[in-house]
Amino acid sequence: MKETPLSNCERRFLLRAIEEKKRLDGRQTYDYRNIKISFGTDYGCCIVELGKTRVLGQVSCELVSPKLNRATEGILFFNLELSQMAAPAFEPGRQSDLLVKLNRLLERCLRNSKCIDTESLCVVAGEKVWQIRVDLHLLNHDGNIIDAASIAAIVALCHFRRPDVSVQGDEVTLYTLEERDPVPLSIHHMPICVSFAFFQQGTYLLVDPNEREERVMDGLLVIAMNKHREICTIQSSCGIMLLKDQVLRCSKIAGVKVAEITELIQKALENDQKVRKEGGKFGFAESIANQRITAFRMEKAPIDTSDVEEKAEEIISEAEPPSEVVSKPVLWTPGTAQIGEGIENSWGDLEDSEKEDEDEGGSDEAIILDSIKMDTGEVSNIGSQDAPIVLSDSEEEEMIILEPDKNRKKIRTQTISATQVKAPSKKPVKKRKKKRAAN
Amino acid sequence: MAEAAAVVAESLAGYRARAARAVLEQVVLPGEELLLPEQEDGEGPGGAGERPLRLNAGARSRRRVVCGPGLRRCGDRLLVTKCGRLRHKEPGSGNDGGVYWVDSQQKRYVPVKGDHVIGIVTAKSGDIFKVDVGGSEPASLSYLAFEGATKRNRPNVQVGDLIYGQFVVANKDMEPEMVCIDSCGRANGMGVIGQDGLLFKVTLGLIRRLLASDCEILQEVGKLYPLEIVFGMNGRIWVKAKTIQQTLILANILEACEHMTADQRKQIFSRLAES
Repeated sequence: MKETPLSNCERRFLLRAIEEKKRLDGRQTYDYRNIKISFGTDYGCCIVELGKTRVLGQVSCELVSPKLNRATEGILFFNLELSQMAAPAFEPGRQSDLLVKLNRLLERCLRNSKCIDTESLCVVAGEKVWQIRVDLHLLNHDGNIIDAASIAAIVALCHFRRPDVSVQGDEVTLYTLEERDPVPLSIHHMPICVSFAFFQQGTYLLVDPNEREERVMDGLLVIAMNKHREICTIQSSCGIMLLKDQVLRCSKIAGVKVAEITELIQKALENDQKVRKEGGKFGFAESIANQRITAFRMEKAPIDTSDVEEKAEEIISEAEPPSEVVSKPVLWTPGTAQIGEGIENSWGDLEDSEKEDEDEGGSDEAIILDSIKMDTGEVSNIGSQDAPIVLSDSEEEEMIILEPDKNRKKIRTQTISATQVKAPSKKPVKKRKKKRAAN
Repeated sequence: MAEAAAVVAESLAGYRARAARAVLEQVVLPGEELLLPEQEDGEGPGGAGERPLRLNAGARSRRRVVCGPGLRRCGDRLLVTKCGRLRHKEPGSGNDGGVYWVDSQQKRYVPVKGDHVIGIVTAKSGDIFKVDVGGSEPASLSYLAFEGATKRNRPNVQVGDLIYGQFVVANKDMEPEMVCIDSCGRANGMGVIGQDGLLFKVTLGLIRRLLASDCEILQEVGKLYPLEIVFGMNGRIWVKAKTIQQTLILANILEACEHMTADQRKQIFSRLAES
């Protein structure tokens, strides 16, 4: 899809606003937009938000054979991708000029500045080295991609931990995360890009231009710097002529901005470290709030609430604390028994009922089965009089519990011993259901 | 065959059609099926799953019901195609069933015939202009479709200019076409928008809210500063006040109105009025 064109009136308005030292979002000339850094659950994953611009960084590592001319150095690889999700104007799978420019700048900023000790990535000289790959994805585009991407790259690298390796003689052992704690990369310094947009042939200058400001600017100057005020990369594009004073002034501003951003990054990394140590929730998956508009919506079910209050009062008035419940089996008919008064629900606490079982010691099979939640498997644990009953651990028993009365009759004719045990369980189950409903 | 397919689709969804009147002002989701009042009377809620629904169930209760955005008539069924709240407008006359539509939150504009939009001229080719309106393809605008324009008297339109116009052709198979005159040949406010002022984008939902006849936001904004403002149904707003500062304030306020309650808004407006 084609990019939305910029209208003449927008262009004119923006330039006039810049002349009056005003910006669309109310910032001052040298202000950055809000920077937010959040981490993923895995090491080496982060999302950096610069206003509405959003970049996802992910670091991964791999053991490879080194380059021939650099046998003792690990390999660093950077890849920035501009997905169509970020802005409809980006075309997927095509190396646009912008993308090439940004990738090149990132490499210069992070690899050529030697911010990462590549020699420490060597495992066996000339044979195995670590290849560190930094993937950056632009998730949303609102201008100043390079600053956001450079922050995301360095944050992801700082956050990343590679698996530990030990070399003994010729033997190389790679330890999993469980065996040994993964080790962080050794990072000498943190280069961060700061962009300056120039307007009216360099008369006006803005820090951190947003998308619309980028479209009307005359020139762009990117300075990559670390907090020791060492310039790592400097690039001027769009063919603008700058004076020496301007560049010096920009480098001063960049120094201040880089110090602020570095502090923010360190704070974010420390926070994440702390939370991980304490075992709290971490990662952006946790920090995204569940927006429950319709997710848990349920259909309304009609409920008869005519005499709920009376019923509830009745239950409360008749209820007794569970400890006082004396389970007295009541034999209604041979093979049918009931425990309790039919109001207090005491089958939730299994331990009590099992004690009772042991006390009664199989004097009445029906009660035992009743109190151990119809779990036929447990029948064998309890000493019972009838051995065959224990063995009749078949599907039929379960059917007796679940199926309506007609099945019960059928089975009764088939296995008398089983019915004697199982049939009584029918009634108490029913009662319990009622109780639950009432509660 | 079609009926069988309909029944299968219904059972797959595991969902019985709901009566449109019952879910008014509630959230509906794409794929849901709705029943119009006539259908629920005729067949009862229980029979809905058995028989396919009819929009024109005999002559006895034939009322014109208009399906607005977000609803689609599919054979005899009425389906929801967008996610949002179901709205209904009461009919004007007796033989009218009113209008049903889904109020959804979106930013992507789809041209609709009759909509007034703000476009940006991207190209001049022969006797037509290409205008970007934020849709899937640019709209075309004839140079004769301006007030008082003739073959000799061409309107002064440059590439990059803003155009406020109306769609006369907008459907899924054809290139949309705009005009800047009404049916009487009058401009009626349409045409090229002035060279100053600021253009910005908001969601389509906010535009609809602002254009509602009883919109409080607009009245409150009007009390702040004298201003010129143009709303395009494609989510674009052009605003111009006396100074750049005022224009910026107005633009930011209108953008922020999207997520403010009436109380918050009043607070902000009163604070602005003081300063």
